[in-house]
Amino acid sequence: MEIFGIPSALLGSQLLIGLINGSFYAILSLGLAIIFGLLNIINFSHGAMYMLGAFVAWIGLTYFEVGYWTSLLLAPVLVGLLGVVLERTMLKQLYKLDHLYGLLLTFGLALIIEGIFRDQFGVSGEGYAVPDALTGLIPLGFMNLPLYRGWVVIAALTVCFGTWYMIEKTKLGAYLRAGTENPQIVQALGINVPMLITFTYGFGVALAAFAGVLAAPVFQVNPLMGSNLIIVVFAVVVIGGMGSIMGSIVTGLGLGLIEGITKVIYPEASSIVVFAIMILVLLVRPAGLFGKS
Amino acid sequence: MNSATGKTEYLRITDLHSYYGESHILHGIDMKVDKGECVTLLGRNGSGRSTTLKSIMGLVGRRSGSIMLNGTEIINVPTHKIARHGVGFCPEERAIFSSLSTEENLTLAPIVASGGMTDDEIYEMFPNLKERRNSPGTKLSGGEQQMLAMARILRTGARLLLLDEITEGLAPVIVKKLGEIITELKKRGYTIVLVEQNFRFAAPLADRHYVLEHGEIIETISQDDLPTKMEWLQQTLGV
Repeated sequence: MEIFGIPSALLGSQLLIGLINGSFYAILSLGLAIIFGLLNIINFSHGAMYMLGAFVAWIGLTYFEVGYWTSLLLAPVLVGLLGVVLERTMLKQLYKLDHLYGLLLTFGLALIIEGIFRDQFGVSGEGYAVPDALTGLIPLGFMNLPLYRGWVVIAALTVCFGTWYMIEKTKLGAYLRAGTENPQIVQALGINVPMLITFTYGFGVALAAFAGVLAAPVFQVNPLMGSNLIIVVFAVVVIGGMGSIMGSIVTGLGLGLIEGITKVIYPEASSIVVFAIMILVLLVRPAGLFGKS
Repeated sequence: MNSATGKTEYLRITDLHSYYGESHILHGIDMKVDKGECVTLLGRNGSGRSTTLKSIMGLVGRRSGSIMLNGTEIINVPTHKIARHGVGFCPEERAIFSSLSTEENLTLAPIVASGGMTDDEIYEMFPNLKERRNSPGTKLSGGEQQMLAMARILRTGARLLLLDEITEGLAPVIVKKLGEIITELKKRGYTIVLVEQNFRFAAPLADRHYVLEHGEIIETISQDDLPTKMEWLQQTLGV
């Protein structure tokens, strides 16, 4: 069967890869958007946190017999706690300064964290087996869907929409939205804003670590896996609009799919299509598709 | 308890200095407010009235001196804990949040003490807010936003209200309504510090007026002395 002269199996599999990549873009850009919203910091160490999540899972499995499902909870908690410590000890000092200082600090942290892991584990990458419960294929007719990949999409979307719900519909989310607009007044109303900021940063990087664990069986667990991905994710955030929650999710998934389609139609352009869209969006809507100027 | 007057002191500010970065804004403010009193801070723009309120809330760069609130020193207490001591702050810019509905704006501040107004009482005092509770906060009219900024501190149980320029830019009919609300709040025993440009609004409401110039209190006028000081006051305020 063909669609527009393209074999449907090829289109289907590339769309699926696009959807999986898009799930990672969505979950990572969501964390970046939340952190930027409240902290005004462009978190350049986000990719390193994603990598740390994958490595916590790999180290857990290899040395401590900690299984996939435990890691899926444990890695975000541990990396989130690391985020809390970094925020309390370092980022906190920078809030009164220009955005650029936060960017520099988090970029430096990323280099240090990635450097340590390169030194310890090299760059050849480690494999992580798909958990037993998620091995196998689901026949879809036009192609066979690896069960794990279907799980990645469902898990990522669940976490993304769960986060969206928390921010848009709960009291804690109201604090967060209000704090993004005017932290001083929120604090004057009796809300512990410094703690809210610490929690937000910890939560944002925990999301990155969660994505890292999801990624471990799909991609190689590699000290540079984060820095390869994060450049695209920054483009996603710029396209979606800094600080927009739903914008990050929709843009992440959409761009993953566009990348997938590009791989079928014109493979040579697939690695630059996101950046081409970024340029277009910046020309037409500098605040991003969902951003408020 | 002050045995001579039978009044309880609620807020006492002694030698308060405040700074924004290198700028020294308040140069030793001394004032006190008894429980249930309403006082105003009068002065021209830039005289330090709003900064005095912000200093009480800890929203300035640095402050020194003493701020006693109901017997507790709060000069070194972080902002959110000051609110939890029962201080409600209504800022000049109103600070209604655009990403929150009217109802979310109203219920944002945590309850700090019992005895705050119930939702029914709030909606009785500000009926518009009930009608528009699902609208985004900043889609309300200026007057409604002002009502919302006041309502959100009345339901928390705060007993000291710091109200900064609440009549600014509002239509006379709304200003009149705000006057009625302040009168009602006084009846209910709230302690109120009012920063006002609109002297005609503030004059009948207040028990005492503090006149500020260049970050200092240059005159304290009790309600009884007001008629004799009127001419001087109008000159000083430039009204």
